[in-house]
Amino acid sequence: MESSLDQAPAIAHAHAHAAEHTHDEAGNALFGFIVFLLSESVIFLSFFVSYFLYKITTSDWYPDGVTGLATREPLINTIVLVSSSFVIFIAERFLHKRNLWGFRVFWLLTMAMGAYFLLGQAKEWSELPFGFTSGLFGGTFYLLTGFHGLHVLTGILLQGLMLIRSFIPGNYDKGTVGVEETSLFWHFVDVIWIVLFILLYVWQ
Amino acid sequence: MTNVPIEAIANRTPQPLPGAPDNWKRFFTFSTDHKVIGIQYLVTSFTFFLVGGFFAMIIRGELVTPEADLVDRTIYNAMFTMHGTVMLFLWMFPSLVGLANYLVPLMIGARDMAFPRLNAIAFWMVPVAAILLMASFFAPGGPSQSGWWAYPPVSLQNPTGKLLNGQFLWLLAVAISGVSSIMGAVNFVTTIAKMRAPGMTLFRMPIYVWTVLSAQIIQLYGLPALTAGAVMLLMDLTFGTSFFDPAKGGNPVLYQHFFWFYSHPAVYVIILPIFGIFSEIFPVFARKPLFGYKIVAISSMTITFVSGIVWVHHMFASGTPPWMRIFFMFTTVFVAVPTGVKVFAWVATLWGGKLRLTTPMLFALGALIMFVFAGITGIMLATVPIDIHVNNTYFVVGHFHYVLFGTATMGMFAAIYHWFPKMTGRMYNEGLGQLHFWLTFVGTNLNFLPMHPLGLMGMPRRVASYDPEFAFWNVLASIGGFLLGMATLPFILNMVGSWVQGKKAPDNPWRAIGLEWMVSSPPPVENFEEIPVVVAEPYGYGKNEPLVAGDRAADLVTEPS
Repeated sequence: MESSLDQAPAIAHAHAHAAEHTHDEAGNALFGFIVFLLSESVIFLSFFVSYFLYKITTSDWYPDGVTGLATREPLINTIVLVSSSFVIFIAERFLHKRNLWGFRVFWLLTMAMGAYFLLGQAKEWSELPFGFTSGLFGGTFYLLTGFHGLHVLTGILLQGLMLIRSFIPGNYDKGTVGVEETSLFWHFVDVIWIVLFILLYVWQ
Repeated sequence: MTNVPIEAIANRTPQPLPGAPDNWKRFFTFSTDHKVIGIQYLVTSFTFFLVGGFFAMIIRGELVTPEADLVDRTIYNAMFTMHGTVMLFLWMFPSLVGLANYLVPLMIGARDMAFPRLNAIAFWMVPVAAILLMASFFAPGGPSQSGWWAYPPVSLQNPTGKLLNGQFLWLLAVAISGVSSIMGAVNFVTTIAKMRAPGMTLFRMPIYVWTVLSAQIIQLYGLPALTAGAVMLLMDLTFGTSFFDPAKGGNPVLYQHFFWFYSHPAVYVIILPIFGIFSEIFPVFARKPLFGYKIVAISSMTITFVSGIVWVHHMFASGTPPWMRIFFMFTTVFVAVPTGVKVFAWVATLWGGKLRLTTPMLFALGALIMFVFAGITGIMLATVPIDIHVNNTYFVVGHFHYVLFGTATMGMFAAIYHWFPKMTGRMYNEGLGQLHFWLTFVGTNLNFLPMHPLGLMGMPRRVASYDPEFAFWNVLASIGGFLLGMATLPFILNMVGSWVQGKKAPDNPWRAIGLEWMVSSPPPVENFEEIPVVVAEPYGYGKNEPLVAGDRAADLVTEPS
């Protein structure tokens, strides 16, 4: 060791740091996932911008025979999806307190609320008088809701995976980064939906 | 020579070097070692460099005479479309990702990337995209003919009416390559943010790592916009929506916005790591520290953010309102400030240095010279009056070939020669390397310089036939193009020959300072026996200070007095 005395403690500290660095895989995973979500949000942002620009520049926005979108059922759907963000938060709290059954119950409830949202969306789609090729309105409407719906579906599938993992003995003693990522993804999907709801249903 | 003893032959086969591929088959597996993946990327992308180069030979062959007499016009259209697409999406991006894959973990003192499996998946998506793109030659109607921009409404034409057409496969291939790039970007940003060795603070990172970080941040914010545009174009093409179809009330200019919002910063995704390569190579072969290290690092990050607000300069002739033209002209010209700072820093690094003109140094110097030229024509193109005048002429083609071939591809060659001993454990052949450099340098200028007068004379790009008054410069350019094609041969010979039976390379053949030069050549699996503790800034040439703490300080690179 040629290092001078004042460097020694720093190096010792750094050595301890090194061990921590190489084993902090969960921290890396969460960091990487957040970076991914930030990137993903730009796709939604691009679609939002398209919708905004099309809407303010198109004279005949709605297809013939359409005057607007019904808001009652989508509003109920919105309330269910947004509340599920709180439910998933409670599920996470239970997991941190090592209460697996509490986690499973609230986690499953989140999944059910997500599924309710998707079914409501499917019902709305089937009753709408316009399709994907009905002008710019039809195109952007189905593009936005469809792309968001795919994310909800992905979220539910991830939640299902995390639920199955909770039955592997000791699985979440090793760390809960998968649950944290899924939960973060769910909040992301919710926030996107709020913007979408304002753009599509409130701003008519 | 028939009675050579068997033992003698056995002794001649080289022993496997530490960490070297046990056999070549390793490169065809789903390996998660960042060094294997790096070489997989480099070799795959170079293969497609040859494919894209072959298309370029056909283009230049067609342009030898003013008449369209070599290939059919539809084939010519497919050739320039595929040439651009292959060179960007299958050569430039993957080769730079491959180099970064190999070098970043070594340079920051990590054992691997943050997500090794994601890394392998991202690589294997490249051959998938490549096969889809190449398959479009067999699709009904042939490959896409709409240029590498795929502007609607041209890209929405589907004369065969088939669902599976060249444009569809093109969009699919670009989308897959985009997903692969986003995976890579997440991986690089996480690796650089979280996996640095102790003592490797942000301002102790080599500039190459800074530039990779800057470039990958651009991928993260830019690529999703292109993906969104590509998805909408795919919907228009396949399901008959009207997003970009003016005949159905759509807005084709919106596609241009999405496309250039990514594809202009994409130029910086390419050029920033090349700046990083310059910043690594110049100090080594000038034996001087990099001039203005911190400013160079900050300049890279500045470019990252400014490059996000310059894209409309590609659309000055797309009915863009005057206020937008003025705004984007100023932002584009502003990019020249951090870039100029860097050029100044490199020149100051070289000034008064003991220059060693090895192959990597020659390539880096050649690339720098051509970058300065490309930068000047770039400033010209950024100004609205000149751009309106030369828009869609060969002046633009000349400009970006000086960037993408003269600077980026030559910079890649510099990097490949510089780190070849580290990657393979063998020295390359210096004579062949110098031959490769001179052929490339002359060929590049002969090929791309005539494009500037052609553009000023008014020759439009993407045409198979032209007015006979343009013939002189086109013949010159074609001779340059064929020379460039020939220039690849000594490179291939050098790489293959040296890898198989080149001289064994020491750990640090260039007496360079950097963590990657302190491990064996090629580096062992997991790179470092013990993670080094960094105690100094990079580029300590002539300072005679250790880079790392402890016993490894014995690896000190000192200057002979």
